[in-house]
Amino acid sequence: MAWINVCGVDDLQADSGVCALVAGQQVALFYMPKDGAVFAVHNYDPCGKANVLSRGLIGDIAGQPVVASPLYKQHFNLETGVCLEDETVCIPVYPVRIDGGNVQINMGEAL
Amino acid sequence: MKQTLVVIGNGMVGQHFLAGLAASPAKASYDMITFCEEPRAAYDRVHLSEFFAGKTAEDLSLVEDGFFATHGITIHLGDKVATIDREHKIVTSAKGVTVRYDKLVLATGSYPFVPPVPGHDRPQCLVYRTIEDLEAMQAAAKTGKVGAVVGGGLLGLEAAKALRDLGLETHIVEFAPRLMAVQIDEAGGAMLRRKIEALGVTVHTGRNTSLITDGERCVNKMCFADGEELETDVVLFSAGIRPRDDIARACGLEVGQRGGIVIDNQCKTSDPDIYAIGECALWNSMIFGLVAPGYAMARTVVADLAGETASFTGADMSTKLKLMGVDVASIGDAHAKTPGAMVYTYQNGASEVYKRLVVSADKKQLLGAVLVGEASGYGTLLQYCLNGIELPENPDALILPHRSDESVGLGPDALPASAQICSCYDVNKGAVCSAIEAGCTTINALKTETKAGTGCGGCVPLLKAVLNSELAKHGYEVNTDLCEHFPYTRQDLFNLIRVEEIKTFAELLEKHGKGRGCEVCKPTVGSILASQWNDYILSKEHLGLQDTNDTFLANMQKDGTYSVVPRITGGEISPDMLIALGQVGKKYQLYTKITGGQRVDLFGARVEQLPHIWKELIDAGFESGHAYGKSLRTVKSCVGSSWCRYGVDDSVGLAITLENRYKGLRSPHKIKFAVSGCTRECAEAQSKDIGVIATENGWNLYVCGNGGMKPRHADLFATGLDKETLIRYIDRLLSFYVRTADRLQRTSVWMENMEGGLDYLKAVVIDDKLGLCGQLEEQMQHVIDTYQCEWKTTLADEEKLKRFRHFINSDQADDAVVFVEERGQIRPANDEERKHFNRVEVA
Ligand SMILES: Cc1cc2nc3c(=O)[nH]c(=O)nc-3n(C[C@H](O)[C@H](O)[C@H](O)COP(=O)(O)OP(=O)(O)OC[C@H]3O[C@@H](n4cnc5c(N)ncnc54)[C@H](O)[C@@H]3O)c2cc1C
Ligand code: SF4
Ligand code: SF4
Repeated sequence: MAWINVCGVDDLQADSGVCALVAGQQVALFYMPKDGAVFAVHNYDPCGKANVLSRGLIGDIAGQPVVASPLYKQHFNLETGVCLEDETVCIPVYPVRIDGGNVQINMGEAL
Repeated sequence: MKQTLVVIGNGMVGQHFLAGLAASPAKASYDMITFCEEPRAAYDRVHLSEFFAGKTAEDLSLVEDGFFATHGITIHLGDKVATIDREHKIVTSAKGVTVRYDKLVLATGSYPFVPPVPGHDRPQCLVYRTIEDLEAMQAAAKTGKVGAVVGGGLLGLEAAKALRDLGLETHIVEFAPRLMAVQIDEAGGAMLRRKIEALGVTVHTGRNTSLITDGERCVNKMCFADGEELETDVVLFSAGIRPRDDIARACGLEVGQRGGIVIDNQCKTSDPDIYAIGECALWNSMIFGLVAPGYAMARTVVADLAGETASFTGADMSTKLKLMGVDVASIGDAHAKTPGAMVYTYQNGASEVYKRLVVSADKKQLLGAVLVGEASGYGTLLQYCLNGIELPENPDALILPHRSDESVGLGPDALPASAQICSCYDVNKGAVCSAIEAGCTTINALKTETKAGTGCGGCVPLLKAVLNSELAKHGYEVNTDLCEHFPYTRQDLFNLIRVEEIKTFAELLEKHGKGRGCEVCKPTVGSILASQWNDYILSKEHLGLQDTNDTFLANMQKDGTYSVVPRITGGEISPDMLIALGQVGKKYQLYTKITGGQRVDLFGARVEQLPHIWKELIDAGFESGHAYGKSLRTVKSCVGSSWCRYGVDDSVGLAITLENRYKGLRSPHKIKFAVSGCTRECAEAQSKDIGVIATENGWNLYVCGNGGMKPRHADLFATGLDKETLIRYIDRLLSFYVRTADRLQRTSVWMENMEGGLDYLKAVVIDDKLGLCGQLEEQMQHVIDTYQCEWKTTLADEEKLKRFRHFINSDQADDAVVFVEERGQIRPANDEERKHFNRVEVA
């Protein structure tokens, strides 16, 4: 259950996403500097069946932070992983934090 | 035993009658037979002029597919009834068909009156009533340069517009001292004249044509009684109509002194088994030259045959038209002939608006009105007039320009359920409301369900108002907000960004929005910022706004890989460039396919390969094709006059000029162009947003066409243009589109939803009605001046290239991307294959 250093804060893209390889998993990292928020979810889009979520647009819907899949535009809540269009679909969400200049993820605790 | 019912004439009214009877219980009692003199069944004469805008005879048809067969109606096409034998109840046709009838309906319409001036039957002396007439006009316009319309009434003005659109120098010759003498008064007529002359049409009033003879410069010369002359190739008579009562007259039916088959309130002629309806009928000494009264007569006869009591009691002759972009409306007693009538006039010389109200002596009832230049009040005024609604205390408020804090006009709520909304199909407000109640929540659904608004279309604004007010009452909010973050339409945002010179999404959100934005507003704002300021779209502040396609400057495919489309302007490519493209495709093992826009698409590129692929393409001389953006895609062209036997002008050359001019323009949706070298139209320009076709007289410009999911034939916008004018019009039109369209709205839908439609667009772009053209051209020039190949800019920026990796912390590729081979090329493996097939290693 250790926090893993993934990359530097500088490697993140403001108001957008990147993908990191963490313990063999593809993790999409989103950064909203205005709110000082970072989110980490799995990069796999279960609706479009491809590793593309890090390339989706982010924002909020009714107050929930979301990413919209670049393939078919389903929204996933970045805090819970739940798909807004179909609540039975859910993607893994990982605890993430900024420690100094580093972005750290705790892979043991996928929600 | 069924009776035989014969209908003579399958025009607008005859067909309305047949359709009405087919839907009535009386249908069971009759075998129906109709004679149709024209080579085709009924079509929409009211919208006949749209034939010149590209509508075909089929588009104009009023007969549903299989109508005659479904209802067991026999139609004799291209055959006219020559005689009626009332004694034996037999009609005989020109081709010799004889039919015994029990009931006979005459719906023979009218013919254009041609004054018996010597020379009236010379070549290229034409009329304007049938599709064949229009074809003759088209043919005449091909060789001629000048056209003159005889008659300055409603139809004459419409005919003049047609001649002008055909590229002829156009004249209107009117006998009376003013235009539209029947409908509008002198001051209104004078205003109309000024407006029409400003559009480049010469108006001659008070001119009596005495002779038509050989011209010197043109085919014909018109000589007037006052000694003046006018050289013209085409002479188009539009001097009124005369009822076609010849066969009725010949069989002894009563006809009026000046023509017209006399009918009573049941539309029966002097023979109780014979009815007459439409423009051939004379009721109360009146001929009705409009379609709505004819339809009312048709309904009366259907009811009479079904044994219901019904009567035709005259009809409202109010009209609203857009003549050459000028709104003109006349309601009721426009000339104030009612005893004691009082008149209010409003005239604004500067904005060229003229309005006149005729009210009763007690100022309580509206008797009539005339509107020129601005007719948005037509619907309200007509309702006051038709429903006898009491006028407000100061009736002139209805025509005075009002300040925004005052509310004048009649909200749809003020109308009784019995108020007629659509006069063509006699649909009242009650029927519209029930349809809305039953689930019709859009204008199109209402049109389909009630037919309201599908005739002359004049009632559509009122229909919309009723719809919106009903929806609001039912608790639907008519919400035009872009999304939850911005309570504005795209057009509002465009204006805010322009006026406040907003340069970033963050700034706009701060000032006018809330929350963090979403995948709707971000790309929309990104696109507006790009079309307004044209900054590099991947700069830090814009990057998060772009869809993945824009972010990676390539098109994402189903498996998360991208396709690459370099620009091939006009579809012209040298063998060397083609080889270079092939080499790149081969090296990276990309799937290659020719697109519909005459270029080459390379599929299967992984994100980390994109910069390498583009480096090679740019080194070979290619540039970005913007296939990933909502922007100009391609200008397709045929080979044109350089090679083609039929080519009239250099379509490839023009296509390349246009593509280079507008490449990189960000817009509400993608834009496609095409240029054809002659009217054979091999480039299919009429299915594009902007289509250009070469003709002997110059370039013809078509706009707002679409292929794809909802095909739309483009509208003819202007003819015979030189290249400079053509480009100027396209600059203005595209800038206006970029400014005013909704998000993801193609030009076709944009125009269809535009109040005033094509004519309005022409007024804005050609006549500069909004005084915007200067700004629109500047806006375009800025985009052109700041063009950059986004791939070139990206390759020069190390920071930006960092993004083109699958993982931020590893050089590995996405191992879920698996290709198999098919027909010698790669494609993404399907789910089954992923389990069984070996992966093809990609370099
Ligand atoms: C260019 C143009 C624009 C117009 N714009 C408007 C407008 O904006 N609003 C409006 O309300 N009205 C408009 N009108 C008028 C409208 O088209 C007519 O009122 C309407 O067509 C009348 O219908 P009808 O059936 O009486 O006559 P028609 O539509 O003329 O039909 C009569 C048919 O009978 C046929 N026929 C005649 N004699 C015989 C015979 N002996 N045997 C067999 N067939 C025969 C004719 O060939 C014709 O096809 C316009 C007309 C034109 C030409
Ligand atoms: S549109 Fe005309 S010029 Fe072009 S290829 Fe076809 S026939 Fe030739
Ligand atoms: S037609 Fe359908 S399948 Fe073909 S490219 Fe377009 S969206 Fe894809």
